Amino acid sequence: MSRKFDTGGAPHFPPHSTVASVMQQVLYALLPGIVAYTWFFGPGILVQILLAVIFALLFEALMLKARKQPLKLFLGDWSAVVTAVLFALCLPPLAPWWIALIGMLFAMVVAKHLYGGLGQNVFNPAMVAYVVVLVSFPQVMALWPPPASIAAHSLTISEVLTTIFTGGLPAGLTWDTVSEATPLDAIRTSLASGHLVSEARQSPVFGDFGGLGWEWIANMYALGGLWLLWRRVISWHVPVMMICSVVTIGLGAYLVDPGSNPVPLQHVFSGALVLGAFFIATDPVTGCTSNRGRLFFGAGVGIITLVIRRWGGYPDGVAFAVLLMNMAAPLIDRYTRPRIFGH
Amino acid sequence: MPLELTDQARQAGQRLHHFHGGLHLRHHKKISCEIPLENAPLPTRFYVPLLQQYGKEAEVTVTAGQKILKGEEIGCYSHLGSGCVHAPSSGIVKAVARRPISHPSGTDGWCVVLEPDGLDEWKELEGVTDWINADPALLRQKIRNSGIVGLGGAVFPTAYKADDASSRGIHTLILNGAECEPYISCDEMLMREQPDSIVLGARILQRAVGAARTVIAIEDQMGAVHRALKQSVERAGDDSIDIVRITTIYPEGGEKQLIQVLTGLEVPSGGKPSDLGLLCQNVATASAVAQAVVEGKPLIERIVTVTGNGVRQPRNLVARIGTPVSDLVEQCGGYAKDVARLVLGGPMMGYALNSDSNPVIKAANCILALTEFDIQPPQAEMPCIRCGECARVCPAVLLPQQLDWLIRNEQWDDAADCGLADCIECGCCDFVCPSHIPLVEWFRFGKSELRKLKTERKQAEAAKSRYEAREARLLRTKEARRQQIREKKQALGNEAEKQKKLAEAISRAGQDKNARRDKNE
Repeated sequence: MSRKFDTGGAPHFPPHSTVASVMQQVLYALLPGIVAYTWFFGPGILVQILLAVIFALLFEALMLKARKQPLKLFLGDWSAVVTAVLFALCLPPLAPWWIALIGMLFAMVVAKHLYGGLGQNVFNPAMVAYVVVLVSFPQVMALWPPPASIAAHSLTISEVLTTIFTGGLPAGLTWDTVSEATPLDAIRTSLASGHLVSEARQSPVFGDFGGLGWEWIANMYALGGLWLLWRRVISWHVPVMMICSVVTIGLGAYLVDPGSNPVPLQHVFSGALVLGAFFIATDPVTGCTSNRGRLFFGAGVGIITLVIRRWGGYPDGVAFAVLLMNMAAPLIDRYTRPRIFGH
Repeated sequence: MPLELTDQARQAGQRLHHFHGGLHLRHHKKISCEIPLENAPLPTRFYVPLLQQYGKEAEVTVTAGQKILKGEEIGCYSHLGSGCVHAPSSGIVKAVARRPISHPSGTDGWCVVLEPDGLDEWKELEGVTDWINADPALLRQKIRNSGIVGLGGAVFPTAYKADDASSRGIHTLILNGAECEPYISCDEMLMREQPDSIVLGARILQRAVGAARTVIAIEDQMGAVHRALKQSVERAGDDSIDIVRITTIYPEGGEKQLIQVLTGLEVPSGGKPSDLGLLCQNVATASAVAQAVVEGKPLIERIVTVTGNGVRQPRNLVARIGTPVSDLVEQCGGYAKDVARLVLGGPMMGYALNSDSNPVIKAANCILALTEFDIQPPQAEMPCIRCGECARVCPAVLLPQQLDWLIRNEQWDDAADCGLADCIECGCCDFVCPSHIPLVEWFRFGKSELRKLKTERKQAEAAKSRYEAREARLLRTKEARRQQIREKKQALGNEAEKQKKLAEAISRAGQDKNARRDKNE
């Protein structure tokens, strides 16, 4: 008596990992950074994350429907959530709600689905979204609150919600009292007005290395990033090269002209550098695939970030650097193919 | 071959090297190693396929109703020399019919259906007892006639490899005992229980191909095997045989990877180990060679690991070629309740059988019965997210995701440039892919398309040169014809001139006449 069996392709093993599990691990790795962010800057960032996630899933669902793709499969891959969280982490915590709406509209509709959906996008959707809102609404995007410890007035949760959803501050408050220049902004403006970096650093927004609060948030991002490295979700090439290029070139500049260049650790621990190194420039879809290519990619992001911070029109340059290197990624990939066995 | 390469290859096994990528997989080997080797019983019917997985079908040499003895040839494909198949037992040929054969494509093929008479009577066996002094060509002849193929799973005719090796001159024979796929333990059991046969086979092969030494490569976790083989080598008193233990990492048992681990050298793309002065054979093949040469027994049986959670008592069986798989499973206590898939070969490279009535073939190193839990429901394929895991684990240092993209877009030349032909189909990329893309399936498809394209191009090239030859020939005849005309004209030269002058004179006369008439008027 013979028995029939269903067939299936090799390997005959349960799945080793899934896109969803990769994305979920990225989200877990972001948790320590988010906790630190909330600790230093209040609950505003949580509201931003929530808004961005809701809008991202909404636009993702609409686009999947329009493109006649399976909804459950692609909504369940968590990639939209990762994009939303990374975008939200770049926003000022008190930004009005429609910033997240416009950002996610561009991220999901333009940067992701018009390019062909998951895996097909050329540019990092979170960074496209961030750059769109940064360029379109510079004033709104420049209103950063200081860390809670040095804030003249720390906002309650209801005040935060009012600010985000009405776009205006609660009665009795002005933006001057609740916002403060970010560390990178402080350096920029003081250099522009002819001061030295050491003078700029007298401002209370600075901590030991980078910005007050920001340096600890960066540490927490790095912690999550190291966990991702250990889990082999990302490879070391991009973060190491990005941070190393910033540190070495920053050190060179500092040694040559310490008056107008901050110490290199200042660069690492302020702005989005650590977040970018572990979570944004490591995006597999828009980065390089070969390890050698990743070295060039990481170095490129680091160098362009420095150039923009020093000479560009914006205090931070991680987002622009990532997008510029996204463009270069296919070319780098082409010239960094490893030697095939036996060739 | 550059001299330093030869020297390096000659050092095989003295220092161990690494290959790129690979996977650490759970072994699952112990479950089938607890019961000693057993013989599978005679089935009621043998179905011996004339195609043993790859290559061309052998030509049948028996007819229905014929009585044959065990070991008699029932089919032979003479081109490669050793695609021969032999009767697994004595009995009557019931039919030569198309039946499901164990093949990745799941198609039917010609099988010799044999009803054993239960006597299991051998044909007259002729062994070469004095193989130490025998002519190497005679040894290779013996291997060819015994239908010996690579028993590691590739079933490439051993005689063909041996002929190539001896004509090109090799110095080291590598016996592959590194069974890297999970679950499979047939080579391990063979090395443990019949080490003498392997060592004898190694010495015979060494003589047959003219190698100076042999390296037997086993996994570092096979302690018992190492002891058994070492004692056996000592008994044989042959100091040209070394045993090397290599780190267990999939797919270190692949021919190219094993050579890289042992020598640090890479078999050139499109080349053979003999380019490096090496010949690689599986340990079971060596054992089969020993039996074929010394006892004259053709290859009619092999050790099959019947294992997996889907079978009650996993073990290794010595099974005749042509025995239905169901008979083996029955001897192992039958299926477990939740058996879901039957695989021939290992979990990484094996293929699923659609029925257990399929016969054991020479390539069948393992029958793997898996449960629902082992395979889990198939996952939906997602788009590639370019994570690069596939490139990290690829032992051929390819970029699988890029190849996949090129194949899907039918960019065949680019795919060939990116090394599609160098893929060894080990399945590492498939295993790690978070998007569950069946990469190896795409690569197999791509390879067959490349081959098709190559023959098409060859044909087009041939047609073009035929056309050009024809054009040239026509031109030549045309030229010759013109030449002929020219010569003829030259011969008639004077005649033509006279005619011309005459014509000129007539026209002049006519003109004069006209002129006069004009004047008169």
